[in-house]
Amino acid sequence: MAIKQIKRKPLTFAEKTYLPQIASGLKITLKNIFKPAITLQYPDERPQIPEGYRGVPTLVKDPNGREKCVSCQLCEFVCPSKAIRITPGELDNEDVNAHVEKSPEEFEINMLRCIYCGYCEEVCPEEAIWLQQEFSVSGYTREDLIYQKDKLYELGGTLPDDHCKWDKKRAAEEDGNTH
Amino acid sequence: MTMEVTDIVWVIVKAAMVAIALLSFSNLAVLAERKVSSWIQGRVGPNRTTLPLLGAIPILGTGLTRMGLFQPVADGLKLLLKEDPVPDHVNKFYFFLAPVASMIPAITIVVVLPFGQIIADGVASPLVLADLDIGILFIFAVSSLGVYGMILAGWASNSKYPFLGGIRSSAQMISYELSMGLSILPVFMWANAPGAETGLNLFSLVQHQQLVWGVIFMPFSALLFLISIFAETNRLPFDMPESESELVAGFNTEYGSFKFGLFFAAEYAHIIVGSGVFTVLFLGGWHPLPVYSSAISLPEGSVGTLLSIGIFLVKTFLVVFFFMWIRWTLPRFRYDQIMKLGWTMMLPLALVNLVLYAIILALMTPVTH
Repeated sequence: MAIKQIKRKPLTFAEKTYLPQIASGLKITLKNIFKPAITLQYPDERPQIPEGYRGVPTLVKDPNGREKCVSCQLCEFVCPSKAIRITPGELDNEDVNAHVEKSPEEFEINMLRCIYCGYCEEVCPEEAIWLQQEFSVSGYTREDLIYQKDKLYELGGTLPDDHCKWDKKRAAEEDGNTH
Repeated sequence: MTMEVTDIVWVIVKAAMVAIALLSFSNLAVLAERKVSSWIQGRVGPNRTTLPLLGAIPILGTGLTRMGLFQPVADGLKLLLKEDPVPDHVNKFYFFLAPVASMIPAITIVVVLPFGQIIADGVASPLVLADLDIGILFIFAVSSLGVYGMILAGWASNSKYPFLGGIRSSAQMISYELSMGLSILPVFMWANAPGAETGLNLFSLVQHQQLVWGVIFMPFSALLFLISIFAETNRLPFDMPESESELVAGFNTEYGSFKFGLFFAAEYAHIIVGSGVFTVLFLGGWHPLPVYSSAISLPEGSVGTLLSIGIFLVKTFLVVFFFMWIRWTLPRFRYDQIMKLGWTMMLPLALVNLVLYAIILALMTPVTH
């Protein structure tokens, strides 16, 4: 295909002097001076976190204060960066939550390895691990950044539970209907 | 005329006062530049630096902190206390001389710059360190020396980027000095038209502008002069010697600490002095109104003196603001564009302007034979 030459309009005299263009540029910058700054002064002002944001993974408790994790270790298996390590533990027969049978004895998330992919949240059958809004992770040592169970629960807090499946299971058992 | 010792002391005190004022203004101009740039870019600018006790005062202290007024102190201290590296490959003598050589002309020009007037018994006399009859010649002579600082820095640094910066600055200075000189000739032709012999004295020139400011009678000269002082003070879009995106930091690449601080302060001192010269030449110095009106004139006595200084400073700072405003609006020229603009546009235009005003002034002058 032949090259098509596009005819450009020749510059007018005013345009050749550049002065009108400079003046219009100055007008734009002058307008900007009187606009409010868009700076977010970070540690003092925090950004609005959108819904569905994938922040730091946290462990949550149900409204009754029971830790939801049953240490099935699915998140540990699915974690692509191998950031999660769980040591499963049995629950005592005397425990209020004995019917849940298991809970994690230790639950570590290495925040230096975590890539915030959210697979753990997606795979969890108990809805026990959530990537919440916290995004700023800092510490003075590597050990500081391996979050332990208490830290994870502190970050996670309590989330509403729509299913209460373990309560239903106990109610069914008490009715004599084990399954 | 014999000078008493007290006279000499008084002159020295006055000189020190003016120099200190200029240096403090140049420090404030650094802050102003940072603030103006941040406003134009939608940012906040320096607003954190504070002093222990003063900054804790509820409205005053926090307000000053928000305005960043303690920032120049921090900047100055930082530059003073930093390590002062002198690379092995530099020519030590000229390397140390260069920052001083770029600072001296800026402070020297202020000597002849009238910044106010004293009216006593209906006679106005200038507020100036040295009321030279050849004021403008002195300014031109000294301001061209400013380039030596940069050339020396570029050469003594013995390294490629500073060298390029130095070369560029010298070429640029030579190119724009011509149009700068030519652009203000009409002003002095006007001021020295028959019946109004003011010579080259700056104070008389300002008094001459009481009727009408220079910028109104000869806007084209003002424009050419303004562009030339942008080039002479190496401000964007003419900041060839520094051009940080091409030459690292240009002529001051090898400098650090206080020597860099001197270059930095000198740049802003040059801007303030350049703005002052523009105010004197074209903006009517301390005359409050562009066109003479008998209703508004400065009163006699100290009030009038202070008012005249205030008006002069306000005008100067507005020009300084214009410098910054331009800097954060326009991108840098290419080097060849600067040379082309200087030699093929500014110089012919300045000549045309000169001839044009020569004719206009000749027509305006009543023929007396």
